[in-house]
Amino acid sequence: MSDLHAHSVAYVRDTMLPEATPPVREIGGFKWLRENLFSNWWNTALTLVSIYVIWWLVVQITPWFANSIWRADSLSECRAILDGATGACFAVITERWPQLLFGFYPRSLYWRPTLAAVLLLVAITPLLMPDLPRKLLWFTAAYPFIAFFLLWGGTIWVPVVTMAGFGVGYLAYLATRSLGPLAAAIAAIVAPLIWWLFLAGPVSGALGSVMPWGLQPVRSDRFGGFTLSMVIGVTGISLSLPLGILLALGRRSDMPVVKMSCVIFIEFIRGVPLIALLFTASLLLNYFLPPGTSFDLILRVVIMVTLFAAAYLAEVVRGGLAALPRGQYEAADSLGLTYWQAQRLVIMPQALKISIPGIVNTFIGLFKDTTLVVFIGLLDPLGLTNAIRADTAWNGIYWELFVFVGALFFVFCFSISRYSMYLEKRLSRDHRQGMTR
Amino acid sequence: MTDITPALPEAAVARAIDTRRMRVTDEVAVSIARMNKWYGTFHVLRDIDMTVYRGERIVICGPSGSGKSTLIRCINALEEHQAGKVVVDGTELNEDLKNVDKVRSEVGMVFQHFNLFPHLTILENCTLAPIWVRKVPKKQAVETAMHFLTKVKIPEQANKYPGQLSGGQQQRVAIARSLCMRPRIMLFDEPTSALDPEMIKEVLDTMIGLAEDGMTMLVVTHEMGFARQVANRVVFMDQGQIVEQNEPEEFFLRPKSDRTKLFLSQILGH
Ligand SMILES: Nc1ncnc2c1ncn2[C@@H]1O[C@H](COP(=O)(O)OP(=O)(O)OP(=O)(O)O)[C@@H](O)[C@H]1O
Ligand SMILES: [Mg+2]
Repeated sequence: MSDLHAHSVAYVRDTMLPEATPPVREIGGFKWLRENLFSNWWNTALTLVSIYVIWWLVVQITPWFANSIWRADSLSECRAILDGATGACFAVITERWPQLLFGFYPRSLYWRPTLAAVLLLVAITPLLMPDLPRKLLWFTAAYPFIAFFLLWGGTIWVPVVTMAGFGVGYLAYLATRSLGPLAAAIAAIVAPLIWWLFLAGPVSGALGSVMPWGLQPVRSDRFGGFTLSMVIGVTGISLSLPLGILLALGRRSDMPVVKMSCVIFIEFIRGVPLIALLFTASLLLNYFLPPGTSFDLILRVVIMVTLFAAAYLAEVVRGGLAALPRGQYEAADSLGLTYWQAQRLVIMPQALKISIPGIVNTFIGLFKDTTLVVFIGLLDPLGLTNAIRADTAWNGIYWELFVFVGALFFVFCFSISRYSMYLEKRLSRDHRQGMTR
Repeated sequence: MTDITPALPEAAVARAIDTRRMRVTDEVAVSIARMNKWYGTFHVLRDIDMTVYRGERIVICGPSGSGKSTLIRCINALEEHQAGKVVVDGTELNEDLKNVDKVRSEVGMVFQHFNLFPHLTILENCTLAPIWVRKVPKKQAVETAMHFLTKVKIPEQANKYPGQLSGGQQQRVAIARSLCMRPRIMLFDEPTSALDPEMIKEVLDTMIGLAEDGMTMLVVTHEMGFARQVANRVVFMDQGQIVEQNEPEEFFLRPKSDRTKLFLSQILGH
């Protein structure tokens, strides 16, 4: 050091400088405007053009909203009221919003999908807020069965007996545990399968004849509108993530058979348009399934949408896994954690955190893709707009319906997006500077 | 180069070592017999024979790429060997995954880059394996973790995340994390080579403390001062083979092989 500063002159400060405020040009809104909007002539030109475009849009769109008609019985009545002026005819929403939300679900039973939606919020809260007591997750686990019962109705014993299958699996596990982990795992999978395939039907039938409790059944073809989108979207989202994680792990597996099947599955699904899969779901399965089996159309669509999203999620999660340093695996191994423990406790929490933007992207895409079911004859909100136009009173109305449906989807997708940003921020706050290589 | 007079390296830590509990017994901790390993066609470890007795503190040194890391990673099956026999604590490492898991839970390992889990606090890093692998009740696991965090002199950092700690602190946490599994053997793979000089001391000090407690240790390091002060045996490797091993004093003052002499003259930088 000393030879570097051979020519420096010794210096000691004797008075300390007081703190000063920055010059006016450097603070507040003025500085922001200058730096961001008018920093040079090119930016200034862009700013002015943008202001003009915004002003023009506002001028064009405002009257349409401002003059909108909310009470009328038909499009022609709207036009009469408007008397030549531009204006939206939101009266169609006033009259038909229940249909857009519930499809052809029986009017007297609207409370059931509504209750299911409210309970959905209750069920996902403990997932979204990890600080809440973990016991609430039991409700989350039971929610799919509750929602199924509320939406489709029928005897209560079908969901109860289905749920009991998990209990059967657990009992089988306890009974065979002494035979070793592999035997116990097989028993825990096979026993519930036997239960669901062969015993669940007769048992729920028998229980139903003794205790005929239930709700009025609603057939799948009555479902429509936002309810349908939610059923497909929420089921697809919640099933595709675990499946996608398994596929991602499978693709990185050392076992050639597992690896190959995952690669083929992922590449096949990603190479085929969703709409083709949906047509397969609605048409082709009828050829392959034995004649006479009625396989619920909504269920088929849910399966296809889930597989589709899972293939994409698998690649997103694989990206997250690849970003983790090898040292994390080695540290987990060297502590004696098993493969699944390491995945669950060490690898996945980090890989999923990295993958959040991609995962949310896929979820939002999946949710919006639910509108594609219109092509196989299911009445999603967009399909219903056609049904509404088929009514002579509303023939020719487009924008108002699309704006409403668009707003519904926007609220849903935007909430997912905001939540994911909150989650990312929260996780990065927890992990502070993040990784140590 | 080889004409330089051999000398003892300078002490790593300026304090007397308490040798009362550093006792080598007759009990075999690790036995490696005619072990060979290949990466593809590259013969990285050749006919390794080595017996580690309980209480030994072995320092493994050698030029870069000589297979030091690979050797100690074979002891907890982070790497597979293709020929020969490795028995750790009476358990042979073979195809049986149960044996592998058993050995890994008995053998602690400390890495060059710490490899702490960044999404968990220091305390959670230390309690994770005891809770999930050893099935220790959480309260007891926390007590153990605090005991070892105190031992490595950072109990006050327990609730921070690894990213908030200095390199030396992180490495000491990594040592505590291994100790929480109550291992009977500790492996170190260049634990100080990613650290700044002043942090090297604090980590070496922690390791010396461990040796003073009688831990069986295999340490890959270039810290020859540590080897001189703590090791009972120094192993020199080159090109996948054990070239020479001896007590530290003999090893440093009277190296036999030319390759050892060359290596020592380079690393001790006279
Ligand atoms: N996964 C791997 N695949 C192929 N070759 C490898 C792999 N890991 C290490 N090697 C090679 O094996 C040899 C021994 O590597 P190893 O990491 O054991 O050396 P080392 O003695 O620890 O060296 P260093 O002092 O640089 O850490 C090196 O030549 C290295 O290039
Ligand atoms: Mg190495």
